[in-house]
This record gives sequence, C-alpha cells and structure tokens, in this order.
Amino acid sequence: MDQANSLPDKNTVASRIEDLPIRVVSPKIGVFTRIQNIWTFRELLVSMVRKELRIKYKNSILGFLWSLLNPALYLVIYYIVFQKILKNNMPLFAIFLLCGLLVWNFFSNSLSSATTTIINNAGIVKKVAFPREILALASVGAALIFFLLQACVLVLALAVFQVIPAFSYLWLVPFALLALVFFASALAIALSAINVYLRDTQHLMELVLLAWFWGTPIVYPFQELGVRLAEKGLLYLYFFNPVTVIVLTFQRALYAKVSYMSGGQVHPLLPAYSPGWFAIQLLIVILVSAVLFLGALILFARLEGNFAEEL
Amino acid sequence: MPAAIEIDDISKHFRLYHEKYTSLKERVIHLNKIPYEEFWALKNVSFDVNWGETVGLVGHNGSGKSTLLKCIAAILKPTSGEIRVRGRVAAMLELGAGFHPELSGRENIYLNAALLGVSKKDVDLRFDDIVDFSELGPFIDNQVRYYSSGMYTRLGFAVAVNVDPDILLVDEVLAVGDENFQRKCFDKVEEFQQEGRTIVFVSHSPDIVRRVCDRAYVLDHGKVVGEGTAPEAISILREFQAKGSGLASMIASINEDSTSGQGQAAAKEEISVPDERVMVGQISVAFPGISGAGHLTPGDPLTVKVSYSATKPISGVLVGIQLFDQKGDVVFGTDSDLMGLEPLDVDTEGELEFSFPSVAVSDGLFSVAVGFTSARDQRIYDWQNQELAFKVISNGKSTGYLKLEPRLIQNGEAVPFRS
Repeated sequence: MDQANSLPDKNTVASRIEDLPIRVVSPKIGVFTRIQNIWTFRELLVSMVRKELRIKYKNSILGFLWSLLNPALYLVIYYIVFQKILKNNMPLFAIFLLCGLLVWNFFSNSLSSATTTIINNAGIVKKVAFPREILALASVGAALIFFLLQACVLVLALAVFQVIPAFSYLWLVPFALLALVFFASALAIALSAINVYLRDTQHLMELVLLAWFWGTPIVYPFQELGVRLAEKGLLYLYFFNPVTVIVLTFQRALYAKVSYMSGGQVHPLLPAYSPGWFAIQLLIVILVSAVLFLGALILFARLEGNFAEEL
Repeated sequence: MPAAIEIDDISKHFRLYHEKYTSLKERVIHLNKIPYEEFWALKNVSFDVNWGETVGLVGHNGSGKSTLLKCIAAILKPTSGEIRVRGRVAAMLELGAGFHPELSGRENIYLNAALLGVSKKDVDLRFDDIVDFSELGPFIDNQVRYYSSGMYTRLGFAVAVNVDPDILLVDEVLAVGDENFQRKCFDKVEEFQQEGRTIVFVSHSPDIVRRVCDRAYVLDHGKVVGEGTAPEAISILREFQAKGSGLASMIASINEDSTSGQGQAAAKEEISVPDERVMVGQISVAFPGISGAGHLTPGDPLTVKVSYSATKPISGVLVGIQLFDQKGDVVFGTDSDLMGLEPLDVDTEGELEFSFPSVAVSDGLFSVAVGFTSARDQRIYDWQNQELAFKVISNGKSTGYLKLEPRLIQNGEAVPFRS
C-alpha cells in the first residue's frame, strides 16, 4: 500500500512485475477462473447494487418507502377482497399471501431485471472489461435488498396480528433464502446472456413468470392442489418447481398453520412434513442450483465472447 | 523479465450478417440460412509489448487495430490464441464509459473505479487527485447529466489515469477535448512513460503516434504487415494507403514466406531497391487566381508542384497523388495510370504539376502525398508527404465534408434567389 501512495519510478514498477497478477485473454477460460474473477470484482457488485437502488428512487420523494408501500398495500387489498368481499374463511389470509408473495417478488424481480441487464448496460459492456456476470448478479442483489426491506413489513404484520411463528421450522428460513438466491442467480446469469442473442426472451419471460406464479402455491394453499395431485400419484410433479419448496418453507415457518376448522370441517392448508423433510428438500434445491449455476456460467462464457458485437 | 503483454497467435473471427435476426420468429424462419459473410478481423497476430514501452497500433479503418486493442482489454474474446497481460489494465476506449447520468460525479468516480477493478479504499486515497485533475471542483456533487461534454471527458480521463494502472490502453480519446485538456493528457502520458508504465495506443493520427509512441505496428486486413519506430511505421502505413489492398496482399504474401520479424524487415527493403529510384523532392502548393489569402475557399483551383530526382533516366514511371484530411483518411487519390495517361519517362531531375481546377471540399486542413512507382512491377520508388499543406475555409454556404451545389426545385419550378 505504501508503494501505491508514492509515485512509482522505473525501478519500483520493475520490482513489482514478478508479483503482478496475470490476466489471460483466451477463448478457453475455466469456470473456476471465472468464479475467481467475479470474486475479485465483488466490490463492483456492491457498487452496482447500490447504483440500481439509488437510481430506482432517485428524484422520488418517498424513496425507499415505495418498496414498503407495495407489500403493505397488497396486505390491505387482499384482506378486503378475500376476507371481506369473497368471505374466504382462511384465517389471516393476507399474512399467508405475503409469505409467498415476498418470495415470489424477489424471484420474479431478479429474473426480469437480469434478462435485460446486459442490453441495458450495453455502454459499459462494449467499452469496459469486467466479469459481465456481475450485471446479472447485481440484479439479484438489488432484488434481495428489496426483499429484505419488504420482509420488515411482514415482520410488522406478524407482530400486529400476533401470529406466532413455528419455532421448530424457523431455522430453515435462512437456508430457504440461500436456496432462493442461488437458484435465482443461476437463472439470472443464463437469461441475461441468452437475451442478447434472442431478444424474445424478455417477452417470453413475462409469460413464463405468470404461469410459474400460478403454478406455485402463493395465492392458494399447497393442499388445494396437493391433495388432488396426490390422489393421482403426481405429487412429485409439484416439487419439480424449486420455488414451491422455498415458498412452503416460508409459509410453514412464519404463517405456521397446517389446517383450519370451518363449518365443522377440517381444511388442510400446508403439508405436515417434519423440519427434517424440509431440510432435505432445501438441500436438494441448493445442490441442483449449484449445478445450474455452473451450467449457467459455462453457457455465459460461451455466449459472452461476442457480446460486444451483438449489442 | 517477462513482457507486459504477450500476444500469442491471436485470431478473431466475425460473422457479418447482412440482416440481423434477433427475434425467435425470425431465427426460426431463417434457420440455417441466415446470410452472413465470414470475416477475419485479426489473423494470427503475435507480438510482445515490453515493460515501459509505448506501442502504437496504426492502420486504416477496418484494419483490425481497434479489435486488437479490445482483445487486449478483454472486452472481446479472440476466436483462437491467447493474450497474457500482466498487472492492472486501464482501458480508455471511451472516456466516461459507464458513467450513469443520474448519479453525481462523486458516485460515478467510485462506480467507474470499481468497473476498473479498483477497491473503494484505493479510490479514497486518490479521490482528491482525481477531482483536481478533472478540474470539476464544486461540481463534483452534481449529477453527471448536467455536465458539459468537456467536464464529462475530463472526469473520465481523471478516473482512468488515477487508478494506478500498470498498463494503459488508449483508443483515440486524446483527440477530444479542448487544447488545454489535450496538453494535460499528453503531460500525463509522458509522466506515465517516465514512470516506466506500458502504454498501447491506437490512433489514426500520424502526428500523435509520432509524438507519443516508441514503436508502432502497422495492421492491414487483420495482419501485422510492418513494425518499426513510429516514423518508420507511419511511412509503411502511407505506402499501404497509397496502393490500397494490392500492396497489402503483396506484402502479406511475402510475409507468409518468412513469418519471423526479420522477414518483415526484409520484405520492406525489397519494396525499395536502391539502384533504380525516383525520389520526390519538394512538394509545394499554389493557389492560382487567388492573391494574398493563405487558404482556399471551397471550389477554388489548386496546383500541387512536385520536384523530383532520379538515380538515372528511367522510363515507365507512374506518379500518384493523395490528399488526406487531418485524421489521416484519404479524401482523394489517383495516379497517372488510373488517369489513363501514358507512363512517364523521367530524367535525373524535373518537375511535375497536378492542377486541380476546383477543390470541392468544404472545411479542413489537408495534407498532400506524392509518390512514384514503377509501371512494370508496381514497385514503389518513393513516397513523401507534405503535412498540413493547405487549408480550406468554408464560405459559410454549407456544412459538412463536400462542396456540392444542389439546386432546389419546388413543384417543377426552381426556387428563386433572394433579391
């Protein structure tokens, strides 16, 4: 660090040469070198996330409050629509919904912003050398910050409605979040690269995300569909969707009601699996995401070579 | 001591699509029959850049020099081959690339430095230097979108040179900005050279290359076709511009026979065999019919006088002329063969005159180059240029490159002049 401060002369530069990092530019660079490069540029990731956040609410008076108002408003509207107008008997439906919705918002915000990120940042992609995966990861990072902010609303709602979380499941929540971040990052990296070549991807993603949303037990409880699938022996299909497992973990830990009584009948809501079952499922998601992540990096590496020309 | 940059057999292949299909529908419709041309932007380029050297890459448009720079900067990935770069690289392909208009100058400094791979801690140490260099003073906390283009450029340059790069890659950026700022940039470049840092420099402008570079490589059609000191490289480049791709392919074929560096030097000598030569003497310009003024207005006549000398009386000599603009781009070029004239017979001394009845360019400073070649084997006897030979100052009737005189017709009738 001392050297960096004083002006280096010929000798100091020469003496440093042996210690200087070597950057190899070549068509074949291994995945682990790429991960290493991303790690070296981690400060850039932080800067990019900060930039995204700052720009989003620049020149708006309420700023970050907007991201809190969004889930708060959902809470109020769904409470009114489902519980007052549609007379849904599910207790505290708004809390149930919010558990899944926050997870989903994070997931879908990550993917939709990552899909266009390379095109939107064409200016720097064409002129500056840095690991481009950072752009996709920054989209995920920004979405994660919003998720954490919105989680405050959920915590507040839990406190206001005096919902007691299931403590034996609570420790699973950080792992569920980890699995989610991992899974979203893998898809984000792949989509960001594909969209450079196939601009349809961004439009297709809107539809895919809509279908995916309704295929995940967010608005309706898992057992509504789960019971019917189980009758046909197709329950495993449901778990092909990693987001289902993650959403379920959040719901099981925070909403914490497996079923409710209404009109003398028991309505099942969530599966009565043990914490161990959830742990194994989450582990599977994390492992699958890790494989997907490596696959996404390889795909990205193959496509990246011609970004500067395609943009 | 290992070289700063080792370029090892780099090739870069592009597909030039006649039309770009980026939607799924179009891709499916045109599956496997998307028309494109294969195009090698770089072909088997190898050379080293040593520590502390300032190396220029010169060549005409499309010669691959910028592609090569982008490969060194790791912005483009080569199709094959490998480049090893030691130390921190700052690439200045465009000043202020990556600035976000919504962020303040201060925030952009940190963001831009992070893009160059510099930690926040290091930027903190240099922050004052950067602000001083950019001359932005109190405006550093304003949003960048309110900056003038000069302020923008200054800030971009300030960040790039103050992040302590070991290797600086520069593409034409010094050509922008006001004179004061340009001088500052050159001072900084000189400072870097004294500190033993390595610079790779891409430029159109022979003046800048001559001023800044120790050595230069000449690229043509993706190949290195010559290297030498800056003046040597520029004269090689001029020869290329003079003869277009004909010479390029000629030299390339010689190069293929002997791939080593000495081979290139030998090839160069072969072009100018000393025993039979015609040398360009004095090139001068005259403005017939204009008295006093040191410049032309668009459309004025121009005469270029060339004196020459030859080692012995030679027959079958062609004479060529070219006019360049300030960027080194050829505005006009021809030779006596293309003009349909008989080959010249030259004595040991003489004078030629190119007489242009009307120079139809608009504004600018132009250089003139004149050369002699052999009609038999296209050998170049000599090629000289007179930089900044004449100046054209627009008469204010039009803007742009050319002096054209359109007539305006409205519904079949010419619009009358103002009375």
